[in-house]
Amino acid sequence: MLKITNVHKTFNPGTINEKKALNGVDLILNEGDFVTVIGGNGAGKSTVLNMIAGVYPVDCGSIMVDDVDVTKLPEHKRAKYLGRVFQDPMTGTAADMNIEENLAIAARRGKHRSLGWGITAKERAEYKERLQSLGLGLEDRMTSKVGLLSGGQRQAVTLLMASLKKPKLLLLDEHTAALDPKTAKKVLDLTEEIVEKDHLTTLMITHNMKDAIRLGNRLIMMHEGKIIYDVCGEEKKNLKVADLLAKFEEVSGEEFANDRMMLS
Amino acid sequence: MAASLMSALPGSVAQGLIWGILAIGVYITYKVLDFADLTVDGSLATGGAVAVMCMINGMHPYLALFLAFCAGMLAGLVTGLFHTALGIPPILSGILTQLGLYSINMRIMGKANQAISVVQYDLIVSLRYIPHACLVTIGFCVVIIGLLYWFFGTEIGAGVRATGCNPNMARAQGVNTNAYKVLGLVLSNGLVGLSGALYAQYQGSSDINMGRGAIVIGLAAVIIGEVIFGKIFHNFALHMVSAVIGAIVYFVVIAVVLQLGLETTDLKLFSALIVALFLAIPYLKGKYFSQTSKKGGNADA
Repeated sequence: MLKITNVHKTFNPGTINEKKALNGVDLILNEGDFVTVIGGNGAGKSTVLNMIAGVYPVDCGSIMVDDVDVTKLPEHKRAKYLGRVFQDPMTGTAADMNIEENLAIAARRGKHRSLGWGITAKERAEYKERLQSLGLGLEDRMTSKVGLLSGGQRQAVTLLMASLKKPKLLLLDEHTAALDPKTAKKVLDLTEEIVEKDHLTTLMITHNMKDAIRLGNRLIMMHEGKIIYDVCGEEKKNLKVADLLAKFEEVSGEEFANDRMMLS
Repeated sequence: MAASLMSALPGSVAQGLIWGILAIGVYITYKVLDFADLTVDGSLATGGAVAVMCMINGMHPYLALFLAFCAGMLAGLVTGLFHTALGIPPILSGILTQLGLYSINMRIMGKANQAISVVQYDLIVSLRYIPHACLVTIGFCVVIIGLLYWFFGTEIGAGVRATGCNPNMARAQGVNTNAYKVLGLVLSNGLVGLSGALYAQYQGSSDINMGRGAIVIGLAAVIIGEVIFGKIFHNFALHMVSAVIGAIVYFVVIAVVLQLGLETTDLKLFSALIVALFLAIPYLKGKYFSQTSKKGGNADA
């Protein structure tokens, strides 16, 4: 399904700001995998997602989605295969456009855009239904500008946009990190629901170890641009947060010094 | 004085309507694409030069107008490619095209000024027949706004709007943001070329300097329109209408300050200050009078 082979990435090479973000990442995802990704700050979690999405080019290595080599494809062409939700609720939606317009743009992901109507009456009815299923009352505000919504509502809409046209792979980059705990839970429940319903292959970065253990069938831990721990099935289900911390210290030889992770 | 002001007003309205077409173009780049496009100063004169030279050489006025539109589109294409294919920042891309166009406009016209007399040629608009000029340009504005309203409602048009609003989101949804930026610039400068073609006919000559400061006038029109109608006009077509009305208001204000004794050479300073003032108002308001700041969609994740 997704096959990442030996991907390296260094930002600002040859300058004092040089940062080796990825140091030989190999990862194979099977159809239907729901993988949670954890790791400290600067471990390369977001970089992996951005590499898959094509935000920056890789230095070397290859990325295949469903047997298509996307390594050289520009971001907008890869979008055909990917649904994405970002950490910042502002990033995933166009604030000055309506909810329904945002959805209509998402519904055309990977399709040729023409001079046909940007949104049709039939679509409106469908979006209304989909929005209803979010349970946030957004179905009555379809012509409201997305900029008027709260962060949680925007993430819910982005999630819907990411899955409106079924993606081969859903990329979630700490998409609940900027939300208050209650909203975060709601968005996370919604994520679970959507992933389950559409059997989406998913890669989700989270800073919450409990969520990382509870959700999905597989967990990977990153450190200094490498995947240092990869666990799935029963073994993953039985993990405890303490196990993960111990694992981290064992593999990296450092303490898991990240307040955000410790506190959550 | 009041009498002479009254007699100047119809001319101001006609001028405002012609520049209103430019204002619609500026609205597309500045508001929809979020791209401060300085190409305008060059492409306005290019439109004028092309139209006048075509007509002097015996071309039908409307065909000349169409070619002026195409010439403006080409200018926009160059700026768009400077920015997207060569990675030059937006403002600099526009400045480079604008500068280059000076030479091209000279080549087109052969000299700095080419007159075209309403007596000899069948002009579409002329300041000799101001009511007629007003009617014709209103027709142009209505058709242009109608077409643009349709266009920005299409799949491609929605892609252009998303590109301007949040390029990250647009790319994540498969929109080729570079192509759509170029498209927006092409469309915008086409309209600017058209506006230049009409303006050259209106004033009876095409001049190498006719575009100097055009971007400022265009911005003034867009901003004045927004300040007056921003609270009541929410429809996309009405935004464009308010840009046209903004242009009319601008030229009426200019007529008034001229009557008050300002020299024509002072107008550029006056325009610059007006635009600076209106651009500063939202910023100062946000800084000193309100806690709720508007957050854009471009924040880095």
